[in-house]
Amino acid sequence: MDLLINHFWELTITGLAIGAVYALVALGYTMVYGVLRLINFAHSEVFMWGSFAAVWALMAVGAGKASGLGLAGYLVIGFVAAMTVSALIAMLLERVAYRPLRKRNSPPLIALISAIGASFALSELMGLRDKPLGWFNLENLRDYLGRPRENLPLPLQIQTKAVFPVFNYDVTNIDLIVLLSAIVMMVILDQFIRRSRLGRGIRAVAMDPEAAALMGINRDRVIRLTFLIGGIMAGAAAMMYLLKIGVTRYNAGFILGVKAFTAAVLGGIGNIRGALLGGFVLGVAENYGSALFGSQWKDVVAFLLLVVILLFRPTGLLGESLGKARA
Amino acid sequence: MPDTTPGALGSHDEAHDGAHDGSRSARREDIVTNPDTSVDISVEEVTDLPPGKMLEVDDVTLRFGGVTALDGVSFHINTGEILGLIGPNGAGKTTCFNVMTGVYQPTSGGVRFMGEPLGRRKKFEITKLGIARTFQNIRLFHNMTALENILVGADAHHSTGMASALLRLPKHRREEAEGMDRAHELLKFMGLERRADELARNLPYGDQRRLEIARALATNPKLLCLDEPAAGFNPAEKVRLMELIQTIREQGYTVLLIEHDMRLVMGVTDRIVVLEFGKKIAEGLPAEIRDNPAVIAAYLGVDESAS
Amino acid sequence: MNAVRNFFHSIRVRLGKLPRWAQLVLWGLVVLLVYLLPIINPPFLTTTGSDFGAVLFSCAMYSLVAIGLNIVIGYAGLLDLGYIGFFAIGAYTVGMLGSAHATLPLILLVPAAIVVTMISGVLLGAPTLRVRGDYLAIVTLGFGEIVRLVLVNSGWTNGSRGISNIPTPPSIELFDIPHISWQGLTAFVDLETTTTFLKFSVTDSVPYYWLTLTLVFIVLFLDWLMQNSRVGRAWEATREDEDAAELMGVPTFRFKLLAFATGAAIGGLSGAMFATKQQFINPENFTIIYSVLFVAMVVVGGQGNRWGVVFAAVLLTWAPEKFRFLADGRFFLFGILLMALAIFRPQGLIPPKRTVRARKAEEEETEILEEGHAHA
Repeated sequence: MDLLINHFWELTITGLAIGAVYALVALGYTMVYGVLRLINFAHSEVFMWGSFAAVWALMAVGAGKASGLGLAGYLVIGFVAAMTVSALIAMLLERVAYRPLRKRNSPPLIALISAIGASFALSELMGLRDKPLGWFNLENLRDYLGRPRENLPLPLQIQTKAVFPVFNYDVTNIDLIVLLSAIVMMVILDQFIRRSRLGRGIRAVAMDPEAAALMGINRDRVIRLTFLIGGIMAGAAAMMYLLKIGVTRYNAGFILGVKAFTAAVLGGIGNIRGALLGGFVLGVAENYGSALFGSQWKDVVAFLLLVVILLFRPTGLLGESLGKARA
Repeated sequence: MPDTTPGALGSHDEAHDGAHDGSRSARREDIVTNPDTSVDISVEEVTDLPPGKMLEVDDVTLRFGGVTALDGVSFHINTGEILGLIGPNGAGKTTCFNVMTGVYQPTSGGVRFMGEPLGRRKKFEITKLGIARTFQNIRLFHNMTALENILVGADAHHSTGMASALLRLPKHRREEAEGMDRAHELLKFMGLERRADELARNLPYGDQRRLEIARALATNPKLLCLDEPAAGFNPAEKVRLMELIQTIREQGYTVLLIEHDMRLVMGVTDRIVVLEFGKKIAEGLPAEIRDNPAVIAAYLGVDESAS
Repeated sequence: MNAVRNFFHSIRVRLGKLPRWAQLVLWGLVVLLVYLLPIINPPFLTTTGSDFGAVLFSCAMYSLVAIGLNIVIGYAGLLDLGYIGFFAIGAYTVGMLGSAHATLPLILLVPAAIVVTMISGVLLGAPTLRVRGDYLAIVTLGFGEIVRLVLVNSGWTNGSRGISNIPTPPSIELFDIPHISWQGLTAFVDLETTTTFLKFSVTDSVPYYWLTLTLVFIVLFLDWLMQNSRVGRAWEATREDEDAAELMGVPTFRFKLLAFATGAAIGGLSGAMFATKQQFINPENFTIIYSVLFVAMVVVGGQGNRWGVVFAAVLLTWAPEKFRFLADGRFFLFGILLMALAIFRPQGLIPPKRTVRARKAEEEETEILEEGHAHA
């Protein structure tokens, strides 16, 4: 209890920062659920592949200790690499694992099984990344790939600095970078969904797929777009995660994915602003929880929160549905 | 009881004739047995009910958000009668069913069955009390056989649990045998005997409709609620189904019949309740309803061929 | 695949025409053969890289798992992604009461494991079975992971160090059975390698295989009893259309809970077998990836078909051991397999008997038609 009170602001700010990561990944779950009524179980791997892309891109440009303008450059490279690869994986996923099922109107549980299969295939593929080296005589790449089943660190090193105080806690530059980039991404997305023609298409399909089709909205295009946006957001989240945590690994997506899904349900699945809110609430809540019960119980707190929400308020904080909610 | 459905549904003999024509690959649809309405499907607990009001719908109002689906609807069903519930599309007929079977809780008002308020009873508890229904859009257990579908209905008044199933206790044996007898009785009655081992989803449309009625009857309902049982039938088939429903009543069941097609209900029902926009606009004998100006107004402009 | 099914079907038809005693003898021979597999070491089936007895034990243990999960997924239609949690609870019940906190004999530990997992199944199911099907999948996934995290973090369960010295079943050493070894297609009696009937030890997995196989047959029989009763019908109806089932008088929630608890109990039983065979368990034995392996077994085998899921469990356990190059990439392959099946063959490789039932009806019908033809 003392821990919670003494470090209240630290727990809150760092909770918000990790919550921003959950929020951006949660967008992928919530938007796909909105238009397809499908739990995009493999979305966690979209995130994981993005994180590896960022690490490898930064390795390739020889990133190390950095600050100022150099840091900004590296950040851009990391974000772009992660977002590009995540978007590609998300689109691939839609094409390979979901579209064939949609064409034949499979029941939701079958689609979920396909999603689970895709998730494990993607994760294990990363976990086996050193195998092809032997086949193609590429042993000199081994250092670059790292040990396939272990952590791969982000080469970029940022000196942690206090930027400004919030009550008794000094907000660090990393927290600030993470939170600012999250807010930028969220504002862009929100405006896109609300103002652009494509964004309105997403909302229309979420609200009523048949009516949207009658209005001449191309549902397949909307679905592709949804996966694209979800992928981009997951890529941004992957880079932010690396900044916060510092390492990634082949199964990093799993726990994070379940938490992001929790965030989506917490906010009301299908509801974009709900997912964002849910991410922040979850990040802060699990920080408080770990202060109360010990940090080894952090993940348990998050899971229990999911169960409790599903039982008592399955429609989440802001209510379900992409269409009906205002954004 | 005379055989009420000759000819058009295709009799067993006709199937043989088809084979006789040399078409060895006789189609499955050709084998149809007629409902055998001489089969006694009555059950004591249902037939021996005292006359009186069986079900009372008392000032039921149901709102979804801002939409009022039912608005102060009251009517009752007498033991042993066929009551028709009619009205144009969207009048709240099925909603009314859903309130009676516990799918929806009324916003205000209530339903009494055999004098007892249904209250917040669960759906399966209401079925056990004695209300069974069919669905407007067929909802059979599609990957189970016709026989199994009926057995599930018959299980409503069984209590075999894990223990008696695993130990094959006498209760299990007795209930299985009883369920089987009941199922075969009903299959024969509905003319579905040949279909017993076919998956429900492979049955022709008309058989699916009749299987739904059989499944509902298997629960030994005091009140049988049929939600547009003749939807999708041609006029001749509709008439035959109505005759079948009358036979069901003659065997002691009380029937509530939702039907879109007004002329059709006139012939079979004892009384009729008319709903429009969630309100009851008329109630009375078929002849009275036919001449009721409000009912005529409600049905004017309603394209009957749409039913 | 159709050809395969027709082949099996025609065999079944032919067997069906044999007299009853001949069928029984045939069945007895098949069962005996299955029991003797680790002794005979059949040339193609036997695994060279790993102990064939141990592989067969795993096959039997995972068969139990698949039968249990098939009740939950195949019969009741509940997608349970946390089955490893029940497996772990069963194993840890044996470990905790048999070694860490008490020293009960195995004969009491196994029922204890079953009871504890059944209770945990009810505790998890009672609140969560009311949520939507796809949500249930995620909640159970969370449950499986919570179990592992609790095992890792709790001092009570010895944390990540795990539990050792788990008791074995009591041995009665009666006689030695020599194994058979093969050179090409010639069989030799190998007097060096023997299995003592019935000595449970770390070095010889064969008695564990026999024990677990016996349990598999018992559970299969119980499974058959359940399925062909009101209970099985209620599960199937609930899976097909929950609302309609409820309106036909099926207390769906109660039956879903029953399926969940029964599945959990069988998972606990297999976990108990795992613990007593390994004699050492730690939380790393129970990672969530196994849950996916289990689901793969049920989906591959054909949800709802008990022989199908047993076949799939054996295949998915045996293949990576037989073909070692598959071992590393097997979870990758399982992922691909799940995806491919969902897309191309959602009913599984061996669809449940439903289709067989339908086929039977069709055949009878054809016979009737032909009779009619002959008649005319």
